[in-house]
Amino acid sequence: MSIQAHYLLMLLIPLLTAAGVVSLRRYPNLREAITLLGGGLLFSVVASLAATFDPAQPVTMTLLQPMQGISLALRLEPLGLLFALVASFLWPVTSLYAIGYMRAHHEKNQTRFYTAFAVSIFATMLITLSANLLTLFLAYEMLTLFTLPLVTHAGTKQARRAGWVYLGILMGTSIGFLLLAIVWTWALAGTLEFTPGGILNHETDGALLGALLVLYVFGTGKAALMPFHRWLPAAMVAPTPVSALLHAVAVVKAGVFTILKVVVYVFGVDLVGTLDSAYWLSLLAGFTIISASVVAMSLDNLKARLAYSTISQLSYIILAAMLGVSSGIIAGSLHIAMHAFAKITLFFCAGAILVAAHKTRVSELNGIGRSMPLTMTAFLIAALSVVGLPPFGGSWSKWWLLQATLDAHNSLLLLVLLVSSLLNLFYLVSIPLRAFFAAPADEAYNQGVREAPLPSLIAIIITMTGCLLLFLLVEPLWNLASGIV
Amino acid sequence: MDLSAQLPALIVIAPLLAAPLCVLVGNPRLAWGVALLTSVFCFAAALGLLQMLQHVDVLSYSMGGWAPPLGIELRIDALGALLLLLLGGSSVVVTLFALRSVEHEVALERQALFYTALMLVLAGLIGITVTGDIFNIFVFLEISSLSTYALISLGRDRRALFASFRYLVMGTIGATFILIGIGFMYVMTGTLNLQDLAERLPAVADTRAIRAAFAFLTIGLGLKAAMFPLHIWLPNAYAYSPSVVSAFLASTATKVAIYVLVRVLLSLYGAHFSLGELPFDKLLLVLGSVGIVAGSLVAIFQSNVKRMLAYSSIAQVGYILLAIGLASQPGFTAALLHLFNHAIIKGSLFLALGVVSFRFTGAKLADMAGLGKTMPWTMAAFVVGGLSLIGVPATAGFISKWYLVIALIDASLWPLAILVLFGSLLAVVYIGRVIEVAYYRQPARDLPRKQIPITMVGSLWLLTLGNVYFGLNTEFSLGLVSLAVSSLMGVGV
Repeated sequence: MSIQAHYLLMLLIPLLTAAGVVSLRRYPNLREAITLLGGGLLFSVVASLAATFDPAQPVTMTLLQPMQGISLALRLEPLGLLFALVASFLWPVTSLYAIGYMRAHHEKNQTRFYTAFAVSIFATMLITLSANLLTLFLAYEMLTLFTLPLVTHAGTKQARRAGWVYLGILMGTSIGFLLLAIVWTWALAGTLEFTPGGILNHETDGALLGALLVLYVFGTGKAALMPFHRWLPAAMVAPTPVSALLHAVAVVKAGVFTILKVVVYVFGVDLVGTLDSAYWLSLLAGFTIISASVVAMSLDNLKARLAYSTISQLSYIILAAMLGVSSGIIAGSLHIAMHAFAKITLFFCAGAILVAAHKTRVSELNGIGRSMPLTMTAFLIAALSVVGLPPFGGSWSKWWLLQATLDAHNSLLLLVLLVSSLLNLFYLVSIPLRAFFAAPADEAYNQGVREAPLPSLIAIIITMTGCLLLFLLVEPLWNLASGIV
Repeated sequence: MDLSAQLPALIVIAPLLAAPLCVLVGNPRLAWGVALLTSVFCFAAALGLLQMLQHVDVLSYSMGGWAPPLGIELRIDALGALLLLLLGGSSVVVTLFALRSVEHEVALERQALFYTALMLVLAGLIGITVTGDIFNIFVFLEISSLSTYALISLGRDRRALFASFRYLVMGTIGATFILIGIGFMYVMTGTLNLQDLAERLPAVADTRAIRAAFAFLTIGLGLKAAMFPLHIWLPNAYAYSPSVVSAFLASTATKVAIYVLVRVLLSLYGAHFSLGELPFDKLLLVLGSVGIVAGSLVAIFQSNVKRMLAYSSIAQVGYILLAIGLASQPGFTAALLHLFNHAIIKGSLFLALGVVSFRFTGAKLADMAGLGKTMPWTMAAFVVGGLSLIGVPATAGFISKWYLVIALIDASLWPLAILVLFGSLLAVVYIGRVIEVAYYRQPARDLPRKQIPITMVGSLWLLTLGNVYFGLNTEFSLGLVSLAVSSLMGVGV
């Protein structure tokens, strides 16, 4: 099969899955089976693409050309492939988890849920495949719109308000800043194609390019850089599988993916290294890392705490990209994968606790580890991976991140990373410790609490194992990441 | 006799004759048939004229064989063809939609008259577009305006009468201003032919009379085009007229007024005089910007969705005027592109509301609760139109916004580029309100399901698909617009 056919399959499989889900809405078992099947197929397509992938010979496929010189086109490069692998692997796993979660939780409108999920994956695949800024922007906006029904799924007043915050910040920043930046890039460079080494003229006034970079970084609201981070905690009203796959993996990673793409293929890493504004943005990312951690520490609601942890982790990637060194790009792209596995595990666990024990607060978790040992073990492993301790995947990206700050001679940010690791240890790892060792209020407190439904449990074990395996088998990912620059 | 040579005249005469025919047949269905046939003819004729323009730059037709400038000349260039296509196309779609919608919304004894008035509006608007004589523009403007007042007053809501009356008063003031402007120019130059006038104006350009004429003309046309702050007639006129009329007016009437404004600015006075020597370009930039912000902001707070779209139209006119105010080639391209695209966008949105009013009385926001489930196809069309209005990629609206922002950056007007994008955000809010109500609220009362006629859904989706098509393939729209701009720039600058 040709590479172009693979591209089309990557887009068609989620769409056909969505169609299948809609047409099988009366048969819940078949409906969920088709979701799993679609996910499995998608991953096998991406995996077979990865097996024969040759970064030296990228294949471009033009779909449409609305204007002279501006097209909707697909081209897979190492960074896109890495993101596609992560997202397509975690989609069926999350579907498996969702089957247990949604049924045990008696959620309504499950057909709409699975349909929106599948089309969101379609938008994500389009983002990973985009060959130019216009295609990326189109997919980026699609992803916002398709995930909106998932955020407002509950239909309550709170969910609707969260929907407005979500739409307002994500669309506001993308139309107000990102689109402006794209049009400006077009005016400056005359092209929107992602090109290794960048498309902007290095002779252009540095202040102008700096302003452009600021527009790009703030315009990518999905990367949740402060002060445009409020949408992410707001989106936590969504069902947990949505928070897990979309608001810890697909949507937020689409944000940092966009920033990495812009840095590598629009500006060029070297150019970013010379810009003053990149330095200030990296400091802002450092500020976001620390302050989001501090906020997370003060929160008792488990999902909200995880959301702020995500904000902090996303800024690791922004920081890495803004350093303007190639090790930073490697660190950022590795962190996309590492953080995805760790954070999705954490969300799965949070959802399992909600479904099995009906608890949403950290302070209620005393002693729950004895009733849900598997879940809390997974939580511990994922938390350690986020902190960046070996033998878990997160240690690799932390390693390269530290390397990148050294390469960029930025000891201040080195310090930020170290402090943040300590904070992570404090507000994430403390949770399973409390669950295992703290004494519950009384003997009957955790009575009747059991592990989550089997499908959910399997999903948790898969992603937890992923955190471990990524430490041992990091080489293929590392090859991809180092192929970017 | 070669019929195609007579097309410039026939395209005006056909609807002009169809109007009395509609009265004579009396039967609403027959009158509808006449109107539809005429619209299809006009559309086909527009296509034919466009075909003929492949070989020549301008089609000139002397009425009755009297050579211009003494005789009346019909004159069609690429810009005129663009407008004709728009007029013919909207007329076909809207008439198709009208069959059932008018049966539902207009009293039986007035239905044939409705089509008469519709044909007169069409004849007037087409006449304005094709004529090469400035006095004729006034005459055709009056034909279309008077029939528009009649059409608006046919609305079910009694407030339609007052809206129509208000438009009548303001429209007449506008028309009088235009007439005064024409009179001044005639006194100074002794000609009414546009070509001839353009040649003779520079010699007397530096007189107070000509400047006054310019002021009268632009204010009169600004009023017809709903240029902020001369827009007060528009919201109620759109909100209370029959659905079909709102859709037709939104995609044609203001557009034709803008067309005449462009003609006066560029072909008649020339960009150098009107947008350079006189500070009208600055005025357009300011009024356009204020119109965008004010129109969009007021739209957010409307509880009647038709009224909301009407205010949005004022904002959209702002975009077009802003682009004209740039007085550059990219600016004119952006203006004409948006003129074309917005006609499709607003047409489809108003038709979607027409379907909604087919089930309910009027288009109140509260009525739309739960429509996402009960009228999925109609609301889907509304969402596509809304996205296009916002300017999401892969829709026609994106193309307009893209060219507008490029033109603004080209002129280094950064604040205005940001303002245009800010306007899109305001559109997110007012479209989002409708979507929220339609998809996330439960319907207040259970209405019996009503079969929506295929003619309504069909014509609605025709425009909706047009929205997507012109967002993905700009070969046709952009090609025609570039031709129009180069013909305009050739004369003016």
